[in-house]
Amino acid sequence: MDPKAFVLGCSALAAGICTLSGLGSGLGQGIAAGKAAEAVGRQPEARGAVMSTMLVGAAVAETCSVYGLIIALILLMANPLVSML
Amino acid sequence: MSFANDNLAVLFEWNGTTVYLTQTLVSTWVVMGALILLAIVVRVWLSRFKNVPKGFQNIIEILVETMSNFTKSTMGEKLEGFGGYFYSIFAFILFSNYSGLVGLRPPTADLATTAALALSTFLLIHGSGIYMRRGRYIKDYFSPYPIFFPINLMGELSKPISLAFRLFGNMLAGVIIVGLVYQMLPLALRFVLPDVLHAYFDIFAGALQAFIFTVLSMTFIQQKAIGDS
Repeated sequence: MDPKAFVLGCSALAAGICTLSGLGSGLGQGIAAGKAAEAVGRQPEARGAVMSTMLVGAAVAETCSVYGLIIALILLMANPLVSML
Repeated sequence: MSFANDNLAVLFEWNGTTVYLTQTLVSTWVVMGALILLAIVVRVWLSRFKNVPKGFQNIIEILVETMSNFTKSTMGEKLEGFGGYFYSIFAFILFSNYSGLVGLRPPTADLATTAALALSTFLLIHGSGIYMRRGRYIKDYFSPYPIFFPINLMGELSKPISLAFRLFGNMLAGVIIVGLVYQMLPLALRFVLPDVLHAYFDIFAGALQAFIFTVLSMTFIQQKAIGDS
């Protein structure tokens, strides 16, 4: 088998697996949004503060899935493994 | 198909390194031009401002007041002076993210831009921390116990990295997904269908990421400069 093709195929597979990092942050953001909805339901006058806190928290939770995305992009577009052959 | 930052022309050569005119550079200049133009317009109108605001003056006053109240509520009275810096950072990131709407490649979809922004936040965090707290700034690294020093150091170093990668990853994801949809659709359908994606990735996520970068920078600076007390 051509070693380059094997490395490229495995890299594509790895990039697909990297997107699974969205799983955790998706769960976390869902929980955060649910809790924020509860908080707004209990205390509707604090809507603005709850919303901005939730958005900042959700964006911070998103960071780890963004790291996964960046690793996937590196594997697809600037693969460091091919040059090692 | 490539979503890389294309080199358009050679700018100059220095010590054997070629510096290219990239798409990011062009769109950064466009964003800078738009912001400078806006600033000049406001400056010219400023001499015509009256005590009782009307029309254009109302809009400018609302913008400035909202942002200065926001700075005050996030960072406290003592650090209100940081407001001016954060207005410009917020405006630059917002205009950069929205430049995707007029067909430019957003400058924030390039790691160089976001790393520069995160680095200036990093310098401000530690500069204001050292200036305002002196000895207690050093002590923070050894709290609650001296053995936590490496963990605290790693935490400080990861702040600018996560700030830079969050903005970069979000904007690049938008560029790639919208670009893929444009490639997929036939020419006749390219005018209406991707609007939904632009509304989410450029307008919503762009504003949200600009807001988050500003709020997180404010919180980090406030933590170091004021502390828990």
